[in-house]
Amino acid sequence: MRGAVVVTGLTLVVLAGAACSSAPPPRRAVEAPAPAPGPAPSLTLPASPLSEEQRVLHALNRLGYGPRPGDVERVRRTGLAAYIEQQLSPSRIADPAVDQALTGYPVLGQSAAQLVRDYPQLSPQIRQRVAQGEMSRRDVMEMYPLERRPAVITSQMQAARIARAVLSERQLEEVMVDFWFNHFNVYAQKGAVRWMLPAYEREAIRPHALGRFRDLVLATARHPAMLFYLDNWLSTRADLMIRQGPNAGRRMGLNENYARELMELHTLGVDGGYGQEDVIEVARCFTGWTIDRPQQGGGFLFRPQAHDRGAKRVLGQTIPAGGGLQDGERVIDILTRHPSTARFIATKLARRLVSDDPPSTLVDRAAATFQRTDGDIRAVLTAIVTAPEFWSAEAYRAKIKTPLEVVASAMRALDGRIAPAGASEAPAGGVALAREVGKLGEPLYEAQPPTGYPDRAESWVNTGALLGRMNFALGLAHNRFPGARVDLAGLLGPVDRRRPDQVLDRLLAVILNGEATAHTRAVLAAQLGSPEITRITAYDRVPKDTDVEKLTALVLGSPEFQRR
Amino acid sequence: MARCTRRSFMKGGALAFLALGSAPRFLLRSALAQERTGKPKILIAIFQRGAVDGLSMIVPHGDPDYYAARGGIAIARPAGGGADTTIDLDGFFGLHPALAPLKPLWDGRRLAIVHACGSPDVTRSHFDAQDYMESGTPGVKSTADGWLARGLAAMPAREVASPFRAVSLGPALPRALRGDVGAVAMNSVADFDVKEAPVVMGGAGARQGFESLYEQGVRDLLYGTGRETFDAVQMLKAAAPHRLAPAHGAVYPRGRLGESLRQIAQLIRADVGLEVAFADVGGWDTHAGQGNERGQLAFRLKDFAAGLAALDRDLGPRMSDVVVLTMSEFGRTVRENGNRGTDHGHATAMLVLGGPVKGGRVYGRWPGLRREQLYEGRDLAVTTDFRSLFTEVAVKHLGAPPEPLFPAFTSKPSAYPGVLA
Repeated sequence: MRGAVVVTGLTLVVLAGAACSSAPPPRRAVEAPAPAPGPAPSLTLPASPLSEEQRVLHALNRLGYGPRPGDVERVRRTGLAAYIEQQLSPSRIADPAVDQALTGYPVLGQSAAQLVRDYPQLSPQIRQRVAQGEMSRRDVMEMYPLERRPAVITSQMQAARIARAVLSERQLEEVMVDFWFNHFNVYAQKGAVRWMLPAYEREAIRPHALGRFRDLVLATARHPAMLFYLDNWLSTRADLMIRQGPNAGRRMGLNENYARELMELHTLGVDGGYGQEDVIEVARCFTGWTIDRPQQGGGFLFRPQAHDRGAKRVLGQTIPAGGGLQDGERVIDILTRHPSTARFIATKLARRLVSDDPPSTLVDRAAATFQRTDGDIRAVLTAIVTAPEFWSAEAYRAKIKTPLEVVASAMRALDGRIAPAGASEAPAGGVALAREVGKLGEPLYEAQPPTGYPDRAESWVNTGALLGRMNFALGLAHNRFPGARVDLAGLLGPVDRRRPDQVLDRLLAVILNGEATAHTRAVLAAQLGSPEITRITAYDRVPKDTDVEKLTALVLGSPEFQRR
Repeated sequence: MARCTRRSFMKGGALAFLALGSAPRFLLRSALAQERTGKPKILIAIFQRGAVDGLSMIVPHGDPDYYAARGGIAIARPAGGGADTTIDLDGFFGLHPALAPLKPLWDGRRLAIVHACGSPDVTRSHFDAQDYMESGTPGVKSTADGWLARGLAAMPAREVASPFRAVSLGPALPRALRGDVGAVAMNSVADFDVKEAPVVMGGAGARQGFESLYEQGVRDLLYGTGRETFDAVQMLKAAAPHRLAPAHGAVYPRGRLGESLRQIAQLIRADVGLEVAFADVGGWDTHAGQGNERGQLAFRLKDFAAGLAALDRDLGPRMSDVVVLTMSEFGRTVRENGNRGTDHGHATAMLVLGGPVKGGRVYGRWPGLRREQLYEGRDLAVTTDFRSLFTEVAVKHLGAPPEPLFPAFTSKPSAYPGVLA
């Protein structure tokens, strides 16, 4: 029976307040949420040169992964301000499609310790026996099947991230999870990080995505994934000698990696006013912040004997001797309250949500809100979305989509379905789509440097990447990705396939929401006369039939669709 | 260039494009400048991202302070060709044993090393230091283009313009190649095309449709890139470099760098007009457990050396037109840290190899490793500004004019390290 269950982007629910459309086959009935009982929206949106429809599209593109068919109308009915307000409080939005989809990705809920047991590393002894010919590959496969290997963890995480971007009603939360994971990047392929990855996103990133910035910094600082990725788990006071074990007599010492990136990338920004001395002092403060047996999926541990007990001086402030675990927390207080941090985070958020080079007036306003609210992310987001700069003509469609945004927005635009994991007919749809995101240059959870992925057009627009996007468009329109399906016939609805002009109008309306340039429209219209688009079908030579797949691919690969 | 006649643009065609205001960037040069003929000189730039430990890569085994500063991670002194010891080069410096495949190049005087090379800027941020090394303007963040793009754009055009003058292997165009040269980024030479569904009735299919979509429109990044893409696709289809198997028995290591180098060699051998190729390779940020003769760093170096040696072998006589330049954003601390690794430092070592190289020599003044000789008391000091080395290579080998390469920096020929004749 599992093979029959298909989740769609359109069905299951929705905006609180809108009625639930009927869902296809799932046996488990899904209750429509009650209409939102909340008070009238307190959010006031500024005047904008954009039309009402453009404003709705702008919100769906910036605060989410683009519109699905019917979304614009739904948001209009809810009211744009009310919709944004709902998005700012994701926990109040029912998300049954995601709840159901995630049952197919069990690693998401598991602890690192559990994952180490369930998806163990191939032991060196077995590797050696294979190398020496004592075991055949087949023996290994039997003893150690693919579905029990550690690669499954990343694969499920990637697939789930895409399923959520496509399916979730909490679109802004998904955007912010992507933003913060990238901001506090860890690399899945570095040592033990892989097993810690699900817990990292679940415990350190997701709960604070619209919460307080200090909580995010503290949660990531204490998390085994970050401690391992940036080596802080190994950092000790300079004069620590190992007493026992194979390394007895060896001297340990400071590791600057985390301290530097904490200031450069997580808080102050590279020009935020710190020096090499501060890097060393901050590293001293975090000595002893380590992991209880990382190879077995252990948790955070403060090891007093590894901690440097002396006084430290960070950015001109003295941290007195003997602070222990609290030294690191004091550093986080100093850094998260520093004006450079407010400015750095405000700039990055504005770059993500508004434009590559956001207006300084907007950054000033967001930074001021950050400082006034002590890093309340929801308040900073509110400041950005209620700023005239967010709704300006310059900001409209000014951002180039990242690979994840291309893939998720295309699936949403076509109302694509993702087959649930474990379905017999195909691998979970998210897996094939995740591979596409990787090919376009953004393999999820696999950014090696601590900077994460860039958020500017130049980084994503180049010849190879554009070809990749066109090929993705062709692949999706032709249903070449196992487990991901688009139903173009359904999308066309009552439109007559024999009337290419009507098909084109419908596709432009659904995929680009009418925002095609005259040139694009003319080029596509000119294509309608060519035998590639208007083909004679094998089964019925007359009348002609439109090659909807190719036309869809052209629209998805158009310059317009690369923008949001 | 016979193989790519299908889309060889001559000056007249380029001017016609200009009149329409929609010329791909690679044609602008050819329309405006004097022509060059003959086979192009080729520069292959390889960026070791993450800051390679120059002191483990090119070991100063003759400096006693090296062994004093590094306990467990030092590379053992040369010991009569022992497998796990430094490979002596000149009595003072030696190769990490994992770089053994490069020793024949050294012996053949086709490999030069510039040690204690780096940036005048103090930053120890990977991101900023890479950015500065690629923009060519240390300390200045507002520079829009990269040094290689500026150099190429300022060169006289070749007789036949090519969309493949500058190519980067990988999903993104590196900073060094951004600018007015229309550089191409590609993941894979073989996949560089629109993947058509079976075309009905013999038409040109979706590629033509996409091409038309990007043909006109405002001159922005998206449209400009789109146009360049299709010129490149057409030319590559005609030249078909992906059909060329490695020559002379060259075997590339598995992995991304080996793949990149293999495909760069294909582009060179297919004569598509390549002048600058760029590849990068990560994994050098060895803060913990970097290893010594064996281990994490040795593993990376082995792949690195095997890739370079395979490229040299594959290209064979063509290496007389090729210079390979390796670079990394900075080096690592002289002293081993608390975790048998090294933290972010200052100067590192860069390699220059190829036919035109005056090899078999380590260039640059050795600043020493005593504490008072170190930069900020902890790092190998920079005695060769990377811009001097890069200028020498771009000017002497490619024939680029020196001025636009590194604004606010004039490198007189007398200040060049001297790695090229």
